[in-house]
Amino acid sequence: MANLTSEDVLKLAQLSKLKLTETELKEFTNEVNEILKYVEQLQKVDTSSLKPTNQVNGLTNVMRKDDVIDYGVSKDDLLKNLPNRQDDYIKVRRVL
Amino acid sequence: MTSDWPAIKELVTSVKDRKVSALELVERSLNNIESSKEYKAIISLTKERAIKRAKEIDKRIEDGEDVGALAGIPFIAKDNFLVFGNETTAASNILKGFNAPYQSTAIERLENAGAICVAKANLDAFAHGSSTENSDFFTTLNPSDKTRVPGGSSGGSAAAVMLNMAPFALGTDTGGSIRLPATFCGAVGYKPTYGLVSRSGVVAMASSTDTIGPITKNVEDSSIVLDVMSGKDDLDSTTIDIDNLGYSNIASVDLKGIKFGIISEFMTEGVDDSVKQSINRTIDLIKSAGGEIVPISLPSQSLALAVYYILVPAEISSNLSRYDGQRYGFSDSDAKDLDSSYVNSRSKGFGKEAKRRIIIGTHVLSSGYYDAYYKKAQLVRTKIINEFNDAFSKVDFLIGPTAPYPAFKIGENINDPLKMYLADIMTVGASLAGLPAIVIPTFKADNLPNGLQIMAPQKQDRKLLEIAKSIEKEIKK
Repeated sequence: MANLTSEDVLKLAQLSKLKLTETELKEFTNEVNEILKYVEQLQKVDTSSLKPTNQVNGLTNVMRKDDVIDYGVSKDDLLKNLPNRQDDYIKVRRVL
Repeated sequence: MTSDWPAIKELVTSVKDRKVSALELVERSLNNIESSKEYKAIISLTKERAIKRAKEIDKRIEDGEDVGALAGIPFIAKDNFLVFGNETTAASNILKGFNAPYQSTAIERLENAGAICVAKANLDAFAHGSSTENSDFFTTLNPSDKTRVPGGSSGGSAAAVMLNMAPFALGTDTGGSIRLPATFCGAVGYKPTYGLVSRSGVVAMASSTDTIGPITKNVEDSSIVLDVMSGKDDLDSTTIDIDNLGYSNIASVDLKGIKFGIISEFMTEGVDDSVKQSINRTIDLIKSAGGEIVPISLPSQSLALAVYYILVPAEISSNLSRYDGQRYGFSDSDAKDLDSSYVNSRSKGFGKEAKRRIIIGTHVLSSGYYDAYYKKAQLVRTKIINEFNDAFSKVDFLIGPTAPYPAFKIGENINDPLKMYLADIMTVGASLAGLPAIVIPTFKADNLPNGLQIMAPQKQDRKLLEIAKSIEKEIKK
């Protein structure tokens, strides 16, 4: 598989809402490529007869009653960590 | 030098018999924390709340109430557990100043059993790391050797226990983060079957492998803490039922006839001679006690690290998307619009390793690469699980070293992320398969602590604890 260029890494950073400095970009491009090179060994593994595993506890469709549960947490408890609050609203910067 | 705590069972009896008060135990804990400051194991104290709770517990005992299986026992929680009484930071700048609006289920259960959290322990930020050097705040020193790392990511927790700050500490293990610091520091580290302990209220790293477990100085203490924390939780739908007999009254068992599979891939030239020697000596003890040692080859183990470093960064990139500077945590005050607020808050708040893993994760999940990386890794994960199942049809337990070497020097691996990842080579397998695994201290390697790792099939936690207790007995003889 092809190596990532710094443009690729920049695009990934944009997708994950990160901004990298020039130095970080250069370092990360090298490091990420090294790691990707390491994991490439999986390509040679024969998995034709297998199904993917995404969780290991064997549970499916764990349901609960559609009742409102009192978690013992108030609205104020949850809003107290807001960086910017206005009444009971989360205040954010302008969108556009 | 601080003195060792008595066993938890003994301590609880003393508290209930009013020979010692919960308040005295909390004060002892706080004193030990203070006198071990140079090791930088602790991020913050929950002192006022701990003292308040200790007094409450003492009063309830005075009134004749049964306070619980951990009455008055102080403990330290890794700082990725949501706990009242001080901040929860996950050792990251992005959560500095964050005060938990609720506590994790594990903490609630421990408190309901009378235990008292006194402090939050240092970790690699967001549990990303194997040495605690990725903490955004400071590096914890190994209590056995101040020039060496305590392991990670639960380095602070393991150091705290070995420094006698409390009889137990809580860690999390996603790929070895309880087991590696346990082996590097000389503690007992327990990783339960995935789903045995609720993850509700613990900062998420990789949701399909994250587990919570105790770090203690002996197996019995570990089992008592596990018993209190484990079991189904409505707030975590990935939790499973506990063993009918629970985990608290485990007894050692006769090793005669028990088959231990020694993993050949973990005893190769890549592993330090001192580590192999330590494990071989331990194997001799097991044999003398009647245990049968069977060499087992697990060729897929060499793929486990690659699988891990695709799946886990992918899950991390998803779990860390919630840190956006809007609802909690660090928020950039210079941002002029919402998008900049997201980007600036995350870029200024996250450390290097978090960013690195987010980038890798985003790549392996992106369209065009998903099948080649993420899906392929999930397929190989199945291969690894099948191989374990096959091994367990031949042996009762799998044993081996926990890491290829004992604790490395601070700074030795920090500039080489891949080299750092390789420290997890023996621990990721159990994480990917959701198996229970324990590390118990055994013969030293190069005069440094070294632990034996024992793995069992899923849900065999009780049997694993019994066998660990039995081997611990042989080692201590």
